[in-house]
Amino acid sequence: MGPDRGRAYADPYLAGVGLGLVLLTAFVVMGRGLGASGAFASGAASLVGMATPPYAAQSPVFVRYPDGFFREWIVFELAGVVLGGFLSAKLAGRVRVEIERGPHASAPRRMLGAFAGGTFMGVGAVFARGCTSGLALTGGALLSVGAWVFMLATFASAYAVAPLFRKSWR
Amino acid sequence: MIAPFAEVQAFTEATRQGIGVAIGLAFGFALERAGLGSARKLVGQFHLTDLTVFKVMFSAIVTAMLGVFWLGFFGVLDLSRVYVPETFLWPQLVGGLVFGVGFAAGGLCPGTACVAAATGRLDGFAAVVRVFAGVLVAGLTLERAPAFYDAAARGPQTLSEITGLPDGVLIFIVVGVALLGFAVAEAVERKAHA
Repeated sequence: MGPDRGRAYADPYLAGVGLGLVLLTAFVVMGRGLGASGAFASGAASLVGMATPPYAAQSPVFVRYPDGFFREWIVFELAGVVLGGFLSAKLAGRVRVEIERGPHASAPRRMLGAFAGGTFMGVGAVFARGCTSGLALTGGALLSVGAWVFMLATFASAYAVAPLFRKSWR
Repeated sequence: MIAPFAEVQAFTEATRQGIGVAIGLAFGFALERAGLGSARKLVGQFHLTDLTVFKVMFSAIVTAMLGVFWLGFFGVLDLSRVYVPETFLWPQLVGGLVFGVGFAAGGLCPGTACVAAATGRLDGFAAVVRVFAGVLVAGLTLERAPAFYDAAARGPQTLSEITGLPDGVLIFIVVGVALLGFAVAEAVERKAHA
C-alpha cells in the first residue's frame, strides 16, 4: 500500500539492504548495533535517579544505564533516527500532521490503539532488554539466541491479536 | 583487525556521539524510505495485505549478517569485540509476547513510532509517550521481581552454541529461509490484491 501523500515508498528489498548496511556500519564503527528502547530506558533511569536516587540504584533495569540520559550513546542514535526520519519524509513530501487511520475509523479509536500499543511495547521491551531494533534486528544479524526467541514470540503474538485492532484500519 | 573502530582506537566522547547521530540519521532515513513510519503499512504485515515489514527486516538481517561474517572471516572485524545482545530466555520469551500485543495494537515499534512522530503523525507521538510510560512502570515494577528479569541467563549465546552447527551453516539456513520467505510474501501479496 502506497503513502496517501508525497512520493511512493522505496522498494522494500532495496530499503532493507540499505538498512542492513547501516546496521553493518554500526557493528564495524562502534562494535554495537542499532536500537530504540534503550534510549527510553535511559530516560526513565535518569528520571527515577533524579526523583529517588536509591530507588534507581536498586532497580535491575535502571542500573544498566548509569551514564545518564545525555551521555548514553543510544540517546544520540535515537535523536539521529528522528532527524533522519523527518529528513527523508520532508524530501519526499510526506510530512503532514495527522492521525493515521483507516478511512472509516475514528481518531479516538486509533489513538487508543497507539496508547495501549505503546504501553505494551514499553513493558515488553524492558522484560526482553530490547525491542525490534536493538534485539530482533541487531541480535538477529548476530545469531543471538535471545533475539530469535524474542522475534518469533513477537510475531506470534502480534498475529494472534491483530484481528482485534483491524477496525482502526478499515 | 582494524574494526570495530571505536574499540580498536579510543574515540573521544564527542566523536562517539557524533557517530551515533549520523548512524541514527541513516537508520531513520532508511525506515522512512521503506514506509515503516506508517502504522497503516506496518499492520499490513499482520493482516497479510502488505509484507513490507518482513521484506525489509530480513533483507537487512541477511545483509548485515553476511557482512559481519565475511569481514570477520577476512580478519577486518574482530567479532569478539562486537557486542552480542545477551540471552535471558524466559523474560525474552514473555517480553516478546507482550511486545507483540503492543506491536499489533499500536501498529508501530519504538523506533518506527519515533519516525512516525517525526513526520507529523500524532498516533506515532502518542505511541512514543506511552512506550516511555511502559518502560518507566516496568522498570519500577521489576525491582520486585529480579528473579524473573534475570531468569535463564545465557550470556551472549549464539545459535551456533546451542545447535552445534558452524556459523556458516546457520547463515546459509537463515539466507535460505529469507529467500523462501520473500517468495511466499510475494505470493501472499498477489493473492491479497487479486
